[in-house]
Amino acid sequence: MDLDISAEDRAFRDEVRAFIDKNLPSDTREKVRRGLKLSKEDHVNWHRILHANGWGAPGWPVEFGGPDWSPMQRHIFEEETGRNHCPRLMPFGLKMVGPVIQAFGSDEQKAQHLPKIASSEIQWCQGYSEPGAGSDLASLKTRAVRDGDTYIVNGQKTWTTAAHWADWIFCLVRTDDTVKKQEGISFLLIDMTTPGITVKPIVTMEGGHEVNEVFFDDVVVPVSNRVGAENKGWTIAKFLLGHERTSIAEIGRSKAQLEKLKEIAAAEQKNGAALADDPRFREKIARAEIDLMALEMTLLRVVSAESAGSVPGPEASLLKIRATELQQELGELLMEAIGYYSHPDTPEAREFGWNEPSVGPDYAASLSPGYFNLRKTSIYGGSNEVQRGIISKMVLGF
Amino acid sequence: MPFALTDEQKLLQESVDRFVERDYGFDIRTRQAGSEAGWSAETWARFAELGWLGVPFAESAGGYGGGPVEAGLIAEGLGKGLAVEPYLWTVVLGGGLLARAGRTDLLGDLIAGNLQLATGFAEPQARYALTDVATTAERSGGDFRLSGQKAVVFNAPSADRLIVPARTAGGQTEPGGITLFLLPADADGIALRAYRTMDDGRAAEVTLAKVRAGADEVLGDVDNGMALLEPAIDVATSVLCCEAAGVMEALVSQTREYIGTRKQFGVPLSRFQVLQHRMAEMFIHKEQTQSMAYMAVVRAAAGDGPEASRAASAAKAYAGEKGKSVGQEAIQMHGGMGMTREMPISAYFKRITMIGTLFGDADHHLDRFADLGAGAGAG
Repeated sequence: MDLDISAEDRAFRDEVRAFIDKNLPSDTREKVRRGLKLSKEDHVNWHRILHANGWGAPGWPVEFGGPDWSPMQRHIFEEETGRNHCPRLMPFGLKMVGPVIQAFGSDEQKAQHLPKIASSEIQWCQGYSEPGAGSDLASLKTRAVRDGDTYIVNGQKTWTTAAHWADWIFCLVRTDDTVKKQEGISFLLIDMTTPGITVKPIVTMEGGHEVNEVFFDDVVVPVSNRVGAENKGWTIAKFLLGHERTSIAEIGRSKAQLEKLKEIAAAEQKNGAALADDPRFREKIARAEIDLMALEMTLLRVVSAESAGSVPGPEASLLKIRATELQQELGELLMEAIGYYSHPDTPEAREFGWNEPSVGPDYAASLSPGYFNLRKTSIYGGSNEVQRGIISKMVLGF
Repeated sequence: MPFALTDEQKLLQESVDRFVERDYGFDIRTRQAGSEAGWSAETWARFAELGWLGVPFAESAGGYGGGPVEAGLIAEGLGKGLAVEPYLWTVVLGGGLLARAGRTDLLGDLIAGNLQLATGFAEPQARYALTDVATTAERSGGDFRLSGQKAVVFNAPSADRLIVPARTAGGQTEPGGITLFLLPADADGIALRAYRTMDDGRAAEVTLAKVRAGADEVLGDVDNGMALLEPAIDVATSVLCCEAAGVMEALVSQTREYIGTRKQFGVPLSRFQVLQHRMAEMFIHKEQTQSMAYMAVVRAAAGDGPEASRAASAAKAYAGEKGKSVGQEAIQMHGGMGMTREMPISAYFKRITMIGTLFGDADHHLDRFADLGAGAGAG
């Protein structure tokens, strides 16, 4: 047992770093580093730059246009892009509907959708949660009624991240309400330009717009847009739960946040010395760093097991819980570091290109909004309560 | 009997609760917070009419002879309704300083609702140290010239007068040599950069460039401003802890209501034991914060001194830590709904978060409590 990665993996890491260094647009890097607002173009543009280098679909096999990376290479890519202030690649196409189409889709669906996901020509969003179906996803009510070669879809999805940027949405819909709730669900691909779809923004507490409500009013969807068999959608939903979940550890991004925290703590003053030297604050930073280390080491064990051919199961839940708690912890310390300058709410200073002098230090404006926004991480993607339930059931056997 | 309220105190508490329930619904609060001033002059006039603006002041000064306990009861009630009116800044801290300095000539206006105050107790480099004052007041003939910057001065955009600590002697962090000045907010050389705060309040960076102040604009004694400022901040801290208890009560009751009605897996969320226990913890945090807050205002009412300071720091350290926990849990149990701006719970969460750093965060008050040594407590 050792902790070193192979010489090939080290060379790969250097290659990824060099690529980012050379190709990530400097304004995009600056926005991510400073926690400023990102546009759709920032995400898409970076994705296209990666695609031009053959890296547009990092987790995919070569037959679908992926680079066929090993689990360790995928981990290295995630970490380096996160750590070096690259925008997130939107996961809805690459990590969700893409793998679903690869595993369950028809040849036509593969040909129609996969190349455009890899190239970022088409953006996707995920139609899972509903007002009455959050943690209890299987109780969803959006109905798809068969009418010849089409389904007529009616209902509402909510918390739909990036629906306002998306061209297509993949949805879980109810196709049979006479059977057990998990058994009457199907998986549909729906073009967002279809008449009858309305997207309404949801403003989150810090003033951001990431999530939306999506309404379906007699939306006509060809039956050929169904993935897998009718009423077998729940199998697909479960498949996604275990797929590519190691990336949720967000190790690279948390490392970047920790670095930022240390920089800010060095710049902030407490009793005439740097805040970083204050015994209480020093201990908190050390604790966060150790939490990060524990998460990284666990992740590496999972990646290692994956390399040996095992499919991650409940470990994904562990990673999701601890990763989101760590992100929240770092966000909290960043806000705490700036003292009274956590109070001013200056949304204009969170826009790139705003050139007025800042209120307080220039790193302050995005930190409280960041703290507030990060509360979502223990709620979304299967709340941390649901994840703990999975561990109790799958590992502990309760 | 410890903690027993007098009949007058009970009536006061009921009148605040009634006002919040009947006349300060969340939609009204949202509208007032969104207005240009960020609070309502009409509501302020109601406060005056109800006598709340005069409650903490001596009868000889035109007040109703109450003190920190009464102010705390009002703040607790206003906390339940998440009121945006600047009671803490104008009445408790600003008015408290005027009363301590014997400026009863101004309290009449304040009690009538015609005077708004703001106090520049923080500077950009000072973090939470009141004695770190780089703003200078240089003598010039019989006058002073003030220069420097005050950070995040709450209620400054609405203030008629600003209370400004400035250094007249001593090194930058020495407790001695600080003098308090009471300046018209529109004095020559004062510049405000106003903004909203995260919890829908209003504040400003205040820059002073050779602002002239006469000897009659000194509050209290020259070089001895800390003798007024520190105990006044202790009182305000204790009253703020009462507000925190009110905010926490609302967080607990709204979350209880939500998980009692929101169904998942065919049953209300409140049927899950893990959530029941977490809500029990929230309840305990709220109760104990209230106990600590009441202790602090009672100590404050008994007079200035290390016991009052230590009680204020204990209550604030406690409220800071437990308030954070209760706020985070309230959002978590509301799920996605808790993340939305539309839902009241997120506004309460933001307020309890910001209370966490007002007058110093938990770390600051833990240190101060330890520095002040043994002495205060239940006995």
